[in-house]
Amino acid sequence: MLEATALTEPPPARAERGEEEPVQLLTPEGERVSHPDYDVCLSDEEYRSLYRDLVLVRRIDVEATALQRQGELGIWAALLGQEAAQVGSGRALREKDFAFPTYREHGVAWCKGVDPLKLLGLFRGSSNGGWDPQEKRFQLYTIVIGSQTLHATGYAMGVQKDGAVGPQADGTDGEAVIAYFGDGASSQGDVNEAFVWASVYNAPVVFFCQNNQWGISTPTDHQSRIPLYRRAQGFGFPGVRVDGNDVLASYAVTRTALDDARHGQGPTLVEAYTYRMGAHTTSDDPTRYRLASDLEAWKLKDPLERMKSFLYKQQLVDADFFEQLRADADALAARIRTGCLEMSDPEPASMFSHVYAETTPLLREQQASFEAYLAGFSGPGSAAEGAVR
Amino acid sequence: MAVMTMAKALNEALRRSMEDDAKVIVMGEDVGTLGGVFRVTDGLQKDFGEDRVMDTPLAESGIVGTAIGLAMRGYRPVCEIQFDGFVYPAYDQIVSQLAKMHARSKGAVPMPITIRIPFGGGIGAVEHHSESPEAYFAHTAGLKVVACSNPADAWSMMQQAVHSDDPVVFFEPKRRYWEKAEVDTSAAPQSLWKARIARPGTDATLIAYGPMVRTCLDAATAAEEDGRDLEVVDLRSLSPLDLSTVVESVRRTRRAVVVHEAPSFVGLGAELAARLSEELYYEMEAPVLRVTGFDTPYPPSRLEEDYLPDLDRVLHAVDRSLAFA
Repeated sequence: MLEATALTEPPPARAERGEEEPVQLLTPEGERVSHPDYDVCLSDEEYRSLYRDLVLVRRIDVEATALQRQGELGIWAALLGQEAAQVGSGRALREKDFAFPTYREHGVAWCKGVDPLKLLGLFRGSSNGGWDPQEKRFQLYTIVIGSQTLHATGYAMGVQKDGAVGPQADGTDGEAVIAYFGDGASSQGDVNEAFVWASVYNAPVVFFCQNNQWGISTPTDHQSRIPLYRRAQGFGFPGVRVDGNDVLASYAVTRTALDDARHGQGPTLVEAYTYRMGAHTTSDDPTRYRLASDLEAWKLKDPLERMKSFLYKQQLVDADFFEQLRADADALAARIRTGCLEMSDPEPASMFSHVYAETTPLLREQQASFEAYLAGFSGPGSAAEGAVR
Repeated sequence: MAVMTMAKALNEALRRSMEDDAKVIVMGEDVGTLGGVFRVTDGLQKDFGEDRVMDTPLAESGIVGTAIGLAMRGYRPVCEIQFDGFVYPAYDQIVSQLAKMHARSKGAVPMPITIRIPFGGGIGAVEHHSESPEAYFAHTAGLKVVACSNPADAWSMMQQAVHSDDPVVFFEPKRRYWEKAEVDTSAAPQSLWKARIARPGTDATLIAYGPMVRTCLDAATAAEEDGRDLEVVDLRSLSPLDLSTVVESVRRTRRAVVVHEAPSFVGLGAELAARLSEELYYEMEAPVLRVTGFDTPYPPSRLEEDYLPDLDRVLHAVDRSLAFA
């Protein structure tokens, strides 16, 4: 009886603590601090590789922003400032764990092995998707705010139906699902419905909310009068606030939430408290709605700087490490730049492909007519008009 | 052969689909213990368990949104939307997510989801319980939209919809749920996307679907007294449209009247009129006419007999069509 209760009830230490101080394992100065519920114990190499991911992900972001400014991308949604929340949570995912991103999860995409060029393809207008979600265990970017939280919950219900929660015959201990969204999305009906569903069905899903303080120009206090992580309580599952600029804490909190999910303890809401240091997208102008001093204050909490300080203080790195990382970042940026410039436009008729699993007479007819029309332009003296129905 | 109601035929079809494929699951409001407000899912939870027949929380977007996730995991969900007028909270998930997933993933993420919607009026219901929203969905690329009109088709079409790897919005004419007919449950299903000549005739073609097929058949019977021989085409599928069957019929009769409960403006009738005029411009003797609900909100039910197309309004349109010489 006791054991059965333990399986369904959230651990009291995390659920019932009313504190608003985010979980932190690394201060902005790079000091390692302890927390009663969360800890990480990584190898030196793992610490270095977390930092490496932060740097590379920021480099992808910087390069993409530059490419947009040069007219190569239609738009770009920068993750600047949110690297630790994304890399920390993304690295906590196991290979089989399935992630459902918004359109800003470039850091999670990186952790899931999605080629950054695929992300650029979407923002360039070459594709509306770009990768095989099943292969990457990373669903396509979702642009309508909050929709993907329901998909993640449904997927997690499927994991449950498959019996893939808890100890498995092959010795593993189950799969988990993670849904990414932001503070703005927390107001959406779909997100709240996802909370209801996940709670009622005890689905193995982690709701990872990056509270970056801004929904375009709207501050978080226009979305909620209580800290977002406390919303979870009303839905009947634990919520925890983590310092989203602390890659170690983001990793530790997400890993615990994922493990709770995969072990059958149901959903957790993680609120990663962070800051969108850039604009909403390259089309946005944040000087119209926020103070430069806010940004300056958050710069002192930069996720990369604190991890760098930590590595220095722990004497885990030397000059060679940084030199190599700089070279790797340069090479990655060059590959992205070249790849973006060389990216070909899709074939016009490809818009007719894959609309349906089983296509329709109407589409066949439209495609044939369109192709005949296009063919009318090729060759001298061609009569385009004659090709149109 | 067995005589059964349309509700029972749909129920039997769902049962057969669930027996044939363990990935088929039924989800919606009150579909489990209650068997649905129209009893279409009656007994399924008892026989297939709560894991496969789920009484969901009361939120339509949640039903379709989680069904999308379940489909990504390899399931084949059949969602029930309790009434036509309640589908709109799910509209965003249907139009923005469900309809586009296959295309944007270049076929990597199929969406074998059936969304069942009891639709149409004629049962004296309160507001939001008598609507015909099919054009919204037919207008959306990536969705397939069908409407059954009789028990035999209901049995056959539901199984094919569930079997389809594309998302299908399946409209069930709620006022015909209790009409009985013979259903051959051993017959091989015909193509879901193929229209049916419900009644052959020579003088004009009535084109209908869902609840209006019965109305048109009654009108055709009544027209016999005046010596008029009307053909009735049951579209079955609204998207894709089986245009070849319609064109073949109207090419013979040279006159067409489209009948649906939904308002006329930018409705299925408008699409059919446009396509028929493209295909048969020189062959038709009269413009395509429409008999539809009015372009008003669905009226209070005491007025619905005035709002809904009926036998007389159909015959009046036939008179107008035949007046073109």
